[in-house]
Amino acid sequence: MATNNNNYITELVDQYGRNRTSLMPILQGVVERKNFISDQDMTEIAKELDLSAAQVYGTATFYAFLETKPRGQFVIRVCKTITCDMHGKRSIVQTIEDMLKIKVGETTPNNKFTLLETNCLGWCHEGPAMLINEKPYSGLTPEKVHDILSEYIHK
Amino acid sequence: MSDTKLKRVDLIFGEYSNVKYKVLTDTIKRSNDEILEDLLESGLRGRGGAGFPTAMKWKFTAQAPGEEKFVVCNADEGEPGTFKDREILSRVPRKVFSGMAICGKVIGAKRGYIYLRGEYKFLLPELNKELEGYHESAKAIGLDFSIEIRLGSGAYICGEESALFESMEGNRGEPRNKPPYPTTYGYLGKPTVINNVETFVNVMMIMRLGPIQFKLLGTTDSRGSKVFSVSGDTPIPGIYELELGMPLDRFVDEFGDGDTKAVQVGGASGFCVPRKKFKDTVIGFEGVPTGGSMMLFNSSRSMFNVLHNYLEFFEEESCGQCTPCRVGCQQLRKGIVAVKKGDKKFLYLDQLMKLSESMKLTAKCGLGQSVANSFSSIVYNFKEEMIY
Repeated sequence: MATNNNNYITELVDQYGRNRTSLMPILQGVVERKNFISDQDMTEIAKELDLSAAQVYGTATFYAFLETKPRGQFVIRVCKTITCDMHGKRSIVQTIEDMLKIKVGETTPNNKFTLLETNCLGWCHEGPAMLINEKPYSGLTPEKVHDILSEYIHK
Repeated sequence: MSDTKLKRVDLIFGEYSNVKYKVLTDTIKRSNDEILEDLLESGLRGRGGAGFPTAMKWKFTAQAPGEEKFVVCNADEGEPGTFKDREILSRVPRKVFSGMAICGKVIGAKRGYIYLRGEYKFLLPELNKELEGYHESAKAIGLDFSIEIRLGSGAYICGEESALFESMEGNRGEPRNKPPYPTTYGYLGKPTVINNVETFVNVMMIMRLGPIQFKLLGTTDSRGSKVFSVSGDTPIPGIYELELGMPLDRFVDEFGDGDTKAVQVGGASGFCVPRKKFKDTVIGFEGVPTGGSMMLFNSSRSMFNVLHNYLEFFEEESCGQCTPCRVGCQQLRKGIVAVKKGDKKFLYLDQLMKLSESMKLTAKCGLGQSVANSFSSIVYNFKEEMIY
C-alpha cells in the first residue's frame, strides 16, 4: 500500500517486540533517529503493533519529548521552572535567540536547531539549565551559552 | 562541626561494602517474614513524598493473589526543586538495584523496572553498565531477578504511580482510578510494588544496619534520614542528607542567605511556609512532608511570580483527563493575573481559594489535588503581593 521505505520502523519493532508495551521505546527510537515522528511513521507503527493509528497518535502526542512536528537536528530545551527562572533563564533564552536568530518554539532555516522551553530538568541547584538533545548543561551564563552553542554550530 | 548545625547523615551516599552486593547476598538468605519484620520495625515510610509505610506496601503485594508480580522503581523525578534521585542513581546505583532485588525476593517477583525520566537519559549508558554487573552478581548468588530501565518522555504526571504504569504499557500517561491499588493491580494489571529510588536505598541500608540503628535517626513519625534537594536563594545549594523531623527555622539558619522570606517545602505541589511560621514548622510526616524539595526565596522575590510559575507548570503538566484539574489550573492562573491587573476585585482571591479547595476534593489524582497546597499557602500568606 504505502510506498514506505521506513526501514527504521521495522528495525525498532524487531528490536523491542510487537507489543503495546514496546510502543514508548519504539516512539523514542524514532525521535532519536530522525528528530520527530511523522504521521506516516505513526501509521506504520500502528500496523506493525496491530493497533489503531489513533492509539499510536494518542500516545505520541501526550509526551513533550515525543515530537510530532519536524524539529532541528539539535533540540535545545531551556528549563523555565522557578529556580532557573530566578537565576537568569531569561538572559539565557535571549542569548540563544540572538545567536540563532529564532524565537522560542522555532527551528532554524537549516533545520539544525530548535529552541524550546521546558519544565523542571532537575538541575535546580545549578540553574539555569538546558538540555541539548539528551545532554544537560547547567550553571549557565550568557558567555557559557555562547561557547557551547558555537561548538554546536560548527558541528 | 558545632552543635548548632543540623546533623549530617551519610547513609544513602556512604560507601559500598567491600564485597560486591554483600548486603543483597546476605539478605536473600533470610526469610521473607524476617525481612518484612525488620522493615516494619524500622518505621520506613516511602520517600517519594506520600509516606506510605513501605513494609505494608510490600506485605500487601506479597499476599496479593497472582503468579506474576513486578517491582517498579519510580525514577520519574519531576517535582520542581527535586534532583536527589539523579544524584542517587549516578552515585550509588548498586544500592538501588539491591533494594529492588530484596523487594523482588519478598513479594515473589522476577522482574523489576526502573522508570527513568527522559530528562535523565544521559544517565543511561552508565546505568546499563552497572546493571550488567548486577545481573552477573545476581546469577552468581542464584537470584532470579532481572532489572530493566524504561525511559519516560517528559511528562511530570508519569511520576504518579498509575500514570507511570500506563506509560510503561504504551498508553497516554493518564492516572487510573483507585482502588484498585498497585499492590493488587499495577503494571499490566499484576500486583506491583512501586517505590521511590530513595526508598529502595533505605531498604538496603536497613538490611545492612538493622532497624534499631536506622530508628536512631529521625522522630517517632518520621524515622531515618532524608536526602534534601536545596535550591533557590541559598549560598550553598545542593544535595544534603539530613535527619527527618528538623525544625524549619534551624534549616533556614543553615541554608538561608540571611534574608529568607519563605521556603517552599515539597516542590510546586508542596507548601509555602512564610518566615513567621519557620519556628513552628517541622519537616517530616508529623509536620510538613516533603519528597526532598526545599526551595528558598528571599525578600527580593515576588511571590506572585513564584505562584504564577507553579500554576503555569501545573497547567502544562495536567494530563487533561479530569475537569477539575484541567480547567482548574487554567482558571487559577488566569484568576491571579486578573486580580493583579485590577480586572478583578481582590475578593476574587477568595473565590479562587474555593476553587482550589474543590480541586483538592474532586481531582482524580495527586496532581490536581495538590495544586491547592501551594496555591492556598501562597495566597493566604502573601495576599498583599497577589494584589499590589
